Amino acid sequence: MTRNMICIGCPMGCELTVEVENGRAVSVTGNTCGIGRKYAEAEVSAPTRMVTTTIMSDSGVPVPVKTRTAVPKEKIFDVVSAVKSSVIRLPARIGDTAVENAAGTGIDVIVTKDVG
Amino acid sequence: MAEHISLAVIGGGPAGMAAAIAAYDSGVTDVTVFERDDELGGILNQCIHNGFGLHSFKEELTGPEYAGRYAGQVKKRGIRCETGSMVLSVSPDKRITVVSKEKGLRVIETDAVILAMGCRERPRGALNIPGMRPQGIYTAGTAQKLVNCEGVLPGKEVVILGSGDIGLIMARRMTLEGAHVKLVAELMPYSGGLKRNIVQCLDDYGIPLKLSHTVVDIRGKRRLEGVVIAEVDGTGTPIPGTEEYYECDTLLLSCGLIPENELSISAGITINGATNGPAVDETLATSIPGIFACGNVLHVHDLVDFVSEEAGRAGRNAAKYIADKGARVNEPHIVKLIAGNGVRYTVPGMIDTANTGEDIHLRFRARNVYKGCTIKVSAGDNTIVSKKKRITVPSEMEDIILKPETLGGIDGDITVEIEEGSV
Repeated sequence: MTRNMICIGCPMGCELTVEVENGRAVSVTGNTCGIGRKYAEAEVSAPTRMVTTTIMSDSGVPVPVKTRTAVPKEKIFDVVSAVKSSVIRLPARIGDTAVENAAGTGIDVIVTKDVG
Repeated sequence: MAEHISLAVIGGGPAGMAAAIAAYDSGVTDVTVFERDDELGGILNQCIHNGFGLHSFKEELTGPEYAGRYAGQVKKRGIRCETGSMVLSVSPDKRITVVSKEKGLRVIETDAVILAMGCRERPRGALNIPGMRPQGIYTAGTAQKLVNCEGVLPGKEVVILGSGDIGLIMARRMTLEGAHVKLVAELMPYSGGLKRNIVQCLDDYGIPLKLSHTVVDIRGKRRLEGVVIAEVDGTGTPIPGTEEYYECDTLLLSCGLIPENELSISAGITINGATNGPAVDETLATSIPGIFACGNVLHVHDLVDFVSEEAGRAGRNAAKYIADKGARVNEPHIVKLIAGNGVRYTVPGMIDTANTGEDIHLRFRARNVYKGCTIKVSAGDNTIVSKKKRITVPSEMEDIILKPETLGGIDGDITVEIEEGSV
């Protein structure tokens, strides 16, 4: 299978062509440097993303949150749903756990702003 | 007798906080930050996404976390902050007029002022988009505030005009909140946003980006019903026959930012027409002695880390101005910086080569995308800096450091230019 992607390593934005076999990159072309190869390999084998959103508080003010570390890309919407179905009690402090083990990812969602 | 403070910092966003901290650490403890919102942090409070602080903290923070770090530093030093306070005017003799609920209207005399008011989004009225004027049209930042701070989703079917970073970030944000983002249209043949935002905010969610496209009609009487998008030619003129109708209830505008300089203009400060910010020298001093500028009010930045760094310099220079009572050690020798081939503007616009202290950060934006190019800083035949770049793009600010010792014998203007490569 061939996948096309844009490297985000620098403003060059090289257009990469990646040959994928069994979920792994077997060849990367179009990159200008080693960053592109590494990026492509990670993107095809196990792409992850940080998720940032807001959780509603008991006083009706949204509180910004993030996943403590990046989660698998395909879990982004599940993580957001888990956050949206929860309510946090104020006061909330930076680093407080808002949702434990969000959507079974093993990763907590934590507060990113002091509110209340 | 009028109230007096040594240093007034106008604006409590990232620039104002970093400036106040640096001034305090340089010995100016009689400093007050005036912030019109009811908390410090400025626009960072609504930028809940991550990616801030990679340069300053070597980690990826969200906007509120980045603001929180600086607010903590302000608090630790006991720096006075008047939130809920709006500065209404600055006079050429550095008196500021402030209004707040608690203290009413006051005129305060100062020894120095740091302008850190940030910038505003270009609104629909400044874009000349034809069509109806229904509800459902927002700047991307307004939508961001509604979603992230008020918990309100402005609409469900969304078209975004302009591919600035806030527009890209909002494409993802609206998608995560359950809206359907149909398209991002960009007038220019390249995006105004960072590459990683295009990948992680659009490509990840299958949101199309149409370059060289714009909105040519807005339809709907009370509520927005749809927009017509057309391709544009090299001069930005819509090409007949390329029109496509997109049904939508929301149009977000992410079409550029304008430094917010009403106060600077009212004070009589000279404005640089290319940046829409005050014209400054290498100490970030404006045309009025004792008034300094930093952050997005000076020129629009893409990374907050650069704002904080710049504001730190403004703070230190303001402290030096106060300590020296405005005197410069040597007779000033001003050379102009000229934005040459491929360069839209430079900040600073002039350097006093007789009184340089710290390394000089020369910041500028490229006019276009240049690959395999060389950035050249020169005065006549004398090349001061020559730096090869794989690529320069208008959306990413360049930062060249000039060592004070390299500017010794320079007489006449310094030109900054981009020499295109053979690629």
